[in-house]
Amino acid sequence: MTSATMTALLQHSGYEEEKLQRVAEKLPCREVQAGMLLSLMGQPHQHSYPSIFIYGHRASGKSHVMQVLLKELQLPHATVSCVECVSVALLFEQVLLSFFGCDAASLLPRSPSLSDFVRIYRQQCSLSPAKETRYIVMEKAELLRDTDANLLPALLRLQELVEDNVTVILLSEIVWDKFRPNTGCFEPLLLHFPDYSKGELHQILSQDKHPSYSAEFYSSYINILLGVFYSVCRDLRELRHLAALNFSKFCEPLAEGKVKETDTHKLWRNIEPHLKKAMQTVYLREVSSLQWEQMQQMEEKETGTVRGLSAHTHVELPYYSKFLLIAAYLASYNPARTDKRFFLKHHGKIRKTNFLKKNEKTSNHLLGPKPFPLDRLLAIFYSVVDSRVAPTASIFSQISSLVTLQLLTQVSHDDQLDAPKYKCAVSMDFICAISRTVNFDIVKYLYDFL
Amino acid sequence: MSKRKGKDAHMPVGECITQLQKVLRERFCCQKLPEQPEAVEAQQKHLLELLKRTAVHGESNSVLIVGPRGAGKTMLLKCVLRDLLEEKEVQKNLLQVHLNGLLQTDDRIALKEITRQLNLENVVGDKVFGSFAENLAFLLEALKKGDRSSSRPVLFVLDEFDLFAHHKNQTLLYNLFDVSQSAQAPIAVVGVTCRLDVLELLEKRVKSRFSHRQIHLLSSLTLPQYVERVQTQLSLPGDFPDEKFAEDWNASVKTLCEDKSVEEVFQRHFNSSKDYRSMHMLLLLCLSRVSVSKPTIKPADVLEASRICFTDAKANMLHGLSILELCLIIAMKHLNDVYEGEPFNLQMVHNEFKKFLHRKTSSMYNFEQPVIMKAFEHLQQLELIRPVDGSSAKVQREYQLMRLMLDHSQIMEALQKYPQCPTDVKQWAMSAFG
Repeated sequence: MTSATMTALLQHSGYEEEKLQRVAEKLPCREVQAGMLLSLMGQPHQHSYPSIFIYGHRASGKSHVMQVLLKELQLPHATVSCVECVSVALLFEQVLLSFFGCDAASLLPRSPSLSDFVRIYRQQCSLSPAKETRYIVMEKAELLRDTDANLLPALLRLQELVEDNVTVILLSEIVWDKFRPNTGCFEPLLLHFPDYSKGELHQILSQDKHPSYSAEFYSSYINILLGVFYSVCRDLRELRHLAALNFSKFCEPLAEGKVKETDTHKLWRNIEPHLKKAMQTVYLREVSSLQWEQMQQMEEKETGTVRGLSAHTHVELPYYSKFLLIAAYLASYNPARTDKRFFLKHHGKIRKTNFLKKNEKTSNHLLGPKPFPLDRLLAIFYSVVDSRVAPTASIFSQISSLVTLQLLTQVSHDDQLDAPKYKCAVSMDFICAISRTVNFDIVKYLYDFL
Repeated sequence: MSKRKGKDAHMPVGECITQLQKVLRERFCCQKLPEQPEAVEAQQKHLLELLKRTAVHGESNSVLIVGPRGAGKTMLLKCVLRDLLEEKEVQKNLLQVHLNGLLQTDDRIALKEITRQLNLENVVGDKVFGSFAENLAFLLEALKKGDRSSSRPVLFVLDEFDLFAHHKNQTLLYNLFDVSQSAQAPIAVVGVTCRLDVLELLEKRVKSRFSHRQIHLLSSLTLPQYVERVQTQLSLPGDFPDEKFAEDWNASVKTLCEDKSVEEVFQRHFNSSKDYRSMHMLLLLCLSRVSVSKPTIKPADVLEASRICFTDAKANMLHGLSILELCLIIAMKHLNDVYEGEPFNLQMVHNEFKKFLHRKTSSMYNFEQPVIMKAFEHLQQLELIRPVDGSSAKVQREYQLMRLMLDHSQIMEALQKYPQCPTDVKQWAMSAFG
């Protein structure tokens, strides 16, 4: 897009041409939205709509567009992140501070109510009336729903309450329908920021090219990156992070002199498995970015040798704890009626057809673990452990320490001493690894896998 | 148009547009009061008469203004107050107290606000002293001491009246209505609310002291009246600086409202709601497209504004999902179809997705479980799926039961609009039994 068309979209009589030009340069692929916002905001001294609600996916430029517009055009504004405002007092303070200076903010009492805020705002506003529209930008506005029930409706009609030319802009990932209070409120103007298309992502990502390589080279790299990740992730920030992390690997064959810049196919062959690996590791934060960079340095070793976060979950447990956990897993995932068949030595004849009558709609490994009583756990435990174990205090304390380790969860209330119920909270992989260490074939005992 | 040079009354087009924007924005955004409110003459007369009796003759009254949101309750009240205050005697005499249920969330705060707005003696500077009980006793004392002939009448306006009914014991309402019933200082209590069942919220003792006078603002607007209202809302007033421009503008508005396609748009808006607020929103969106290079509103602008108003937000969000997330949603849809709305967990969704992948030869979507979990959590963050029970701490993430917050038609529509949707995914979504 040429700069001429960019400014054409971003034309507004209330602002200087030069400033608008600068705004347009900073907002690639968002000119339409910025232009629309500007035209809704109107000229600085005109009134603006009391509240605007902007929604769109993560990293679709909501905050960025607002910040660039307000900063470059030098409009009076307060930006508040609702994550930071754990109490409303912080929110009020920040708004007053950015509009009227710290004297006004210090007027707030210790635990201010909305009434105090509006009173002080009105008072200050009569001292210094607005020449231009004031903007309050609330980021992550979905958190406003969890605060005081009056806050959101009051913010939406703040213009009316304080009788000042003020506009509240709410930014969120969640649609407005989920915000509306019971008795209704002043409806804000809804504005959607659409997601970036693949082409737009490509255009934006290609902007931060490496100075020592050509633009086409970087662009082809982005192309390959998008080819791998686009079906999973459209988050611009995530993609940009991945692009920065893996670029050095992409350039490696070039530095070694094996290929030329134009030899796209060979470069692709080199990088593609690497990126696929990145999806399973660094994209999931299994390994940190730092570890990933270190892994790229030591190229002779295979990249998989560095163990990810999930690999560290294999904890060392005492011998009986392992069996207790195995017994808990079996109790959670097997129906109780099959226990006789699995764990009794002389269980008599059970007809196979009768036994394998799987009338449940799905297996237990789909539905999740079922709760079981302590007696059943101990019965299975004695059956799977070969040696004789006395039911000492240490066995019972091991059960409760498994609960503290969050490998088991107690289902019934804590105060129940007799017949407590538990659930097993470990995954299949985990329990298989545990049973391998004690030479126990768990799959043979699982009803779902018969 | 900019070439036109004429009499002194003519301003350059840019200036005219700025003025136009200023006038109309005041009307749409900050709800500037009109000269005369439309279609509420009877209510206006009633309320004015009532308040005048308090202000002039010292009669105590209470009244509730009830109507849906955006029906012009505040506008009616403000217009009446404006008319009321035109009289010299009233202006000198009447004290006003404005309270809002959103701001004064309990009686203590409300009481301080009343004391402050009445400028009573225990106010020093801007601070109010004393405990709640002291404040209340003081205020009641002050009101009791007065009588019909000598003390100044007080007008209490309680905006969002229904929220005051949620205060503890409804002490404030009880005392206000009690004063208005007994021979003390003359007060008028005007409640503004959008709840039609507001009287059911009041306690018996409070209810019995209320005069049961209600003013209902229920609009009985027809479509031609609606279009007429749009036209008056868009028209420029007679005192616009450039008369020629105002005339041209008003003429263009008139032709716009007669346009067939525009009429259809208005019909749709009329069918969805008749209030001022949504109309103002539509008109502001139209107005924002007026600029120096395009000094009139075209039918296309109205269509575009209406499109923005009526767009389905969830469909918009679905458009931005990645293909993996979309596949998960289709799998959830199939689970919903097969098990008739039973909740599901990640394992079931993954299983359903795997069934789809098994039937295909190429495995371009063969993702690992953690990648799928990440996509699933993203859907949860967007609140497109919601956990069945809030307490999630005790259950493993993959076994937490969820519900889909989308319906069948939304998914299918989003699928049609999805950019470069693979055909097999589309077919999978179409097939009744996944």
